[in-house]
Amino acid sequence: MTDDRIPPALRTEALEELLVERGLVDPAVMDGFVRTYENDVGPLNGARVVARAWTDPEFRGWLLRDGTAAIASLGFTGPQGEHMVVLEQTGQVHHVVVCTLCSCYPWPVLGLPPSWYKDPAYRARVVREPRTVLAEMGLDVPAGRRIEVWDSSAEVRYLTLPRRPAGTAGMTEDELAALVTRDAMVGVAEIGPAGAVAS
Amino acid sequence: MDPSDLGGRPGLGPVLPPSRVEPEPPFGRPWEGRAFALTVLTMGRISGRNLDAFRYALSRLDRAAYFDDGYYGRWLNAAELMLTDSALLAPGAVDARARRRRGEDVTEPPVPEPARPDYAPTGPGSLRTLDRPPRFGPGDPVRVLTRRPCAGTGPFKVPGYLRGRAGTVVAVRPPHVLPDTHAVFAGEHPQHVHTVAFGSAELWGPGAEEATVHADLFEIHLEPR
Repeated sequence: MTDDRIPPALRTEALEELLVERGLVDPAVMDGFVRTYENDVGPLNGARVVARAWTDPEFRGWLLRDGTAAIASLGFTGPQGEHMVVLEQTGQVHHVVVCTLCSCYPWPVLGLPPSWYKDPAYRARVVREPRTVLAEMGLDVPAGRRIEVWDSSAEVRYLTLPRRPAGTAGMTEDELAALVTRDAMVGVAEIGPAGAVAS
Repeated sequence: MDPSDLGGRPGLGPVLPPSRVEPEPPFGRPWEGRAFALTVLTMGRISGRNLDAFRYALSRLDRAAYFDDGYYGRWLNAAELMLTDSALLAPGAVDARARRRRGEDVTEPPVPEPARPDYAPTGPGSLRTLDRPPRFGPGDPVRVLTRRPCAGTGPFKVPGYLRGRAGTVVAVRPPHVLPDTHAVFAGEHPQHVHTVAFGSAELWGPGAEEATVHADLFEIHLEPR
């Protein structure tokens, strides 16, 4: 019965209370955990990786050859990033990442996944009709560009390296990092020309 | 039916355009952050950081427990399932406590005798090393098994839409622990992992949208063709 259903917020409180009573969790440790993922881990890390790859050809080559080591050199390591593979977007091929079985996602570089990535419709459909799904998400992949989908079905985690937008030749690494979006690093968006982004 | 195995499942409607939700904070509501932390700490303290056991718990939820309260709702339910499996909580304990918190007069079940799995990982995380070489290499034609190849209980960690399908190995990844046994605390049995490419027509039939789908598959789930 719907009126008998316990809302998740109340279930969470009940579970937390039970585990604290048994000494199995410490609320202060939980607070620290939540704060870390709210403040310190997020797509900003991935944006730094991308900006470095755009400005340093040697780093870019390393990143594409050994994503784990190149990313670790910038200080981004941890759970859900044990083995990283970076996929380069080009004019010929467009990569898009999903996890059909859960919502596996490269936490150290992108943080926790956004709702569209966890959405059952995305997980079900992007392996079957990626071009249609990307169009629904606002990205029209040109007809001549091949689509490659990557289902994160084991412990490998993927990051896509977006194409550097036009009009960014003189920009610093920090300015470039500010242009990079989470969605472009999963492959459901591209990064528009500089200047068009802010609007 | 495993509610978590969603690849190719019809009838789920339109996707969520990112522009409607971005920029999005990690936790939309405070309880989601608490559920996240509780689950991660539950896995770390109680199951020895066995992420495969957590994913297996997710796949054993019923449809409502999996879908109705979203991502962190299913995390919460899977954490509770793991805790009742190992008798750290009695079945119904969370429900009873929640009802008492909202003023209902219910009796809580007695605290059970814990029956935690006898388990310790051989190393951190999921990656391991193996002395034997990988069975397949880039370019090798393979087919995915349709059934779980090992005895015992536990999951068959292959997305349903790939079972029985023909593909080509494109990369060999570092060995990982095998979820089929690891998820039920029956050993790590590390496996080489192969990234396999599948043509969309092989997966969905001749009318499929043109694309290549890659998945990371454990060596034991592949056979040569």
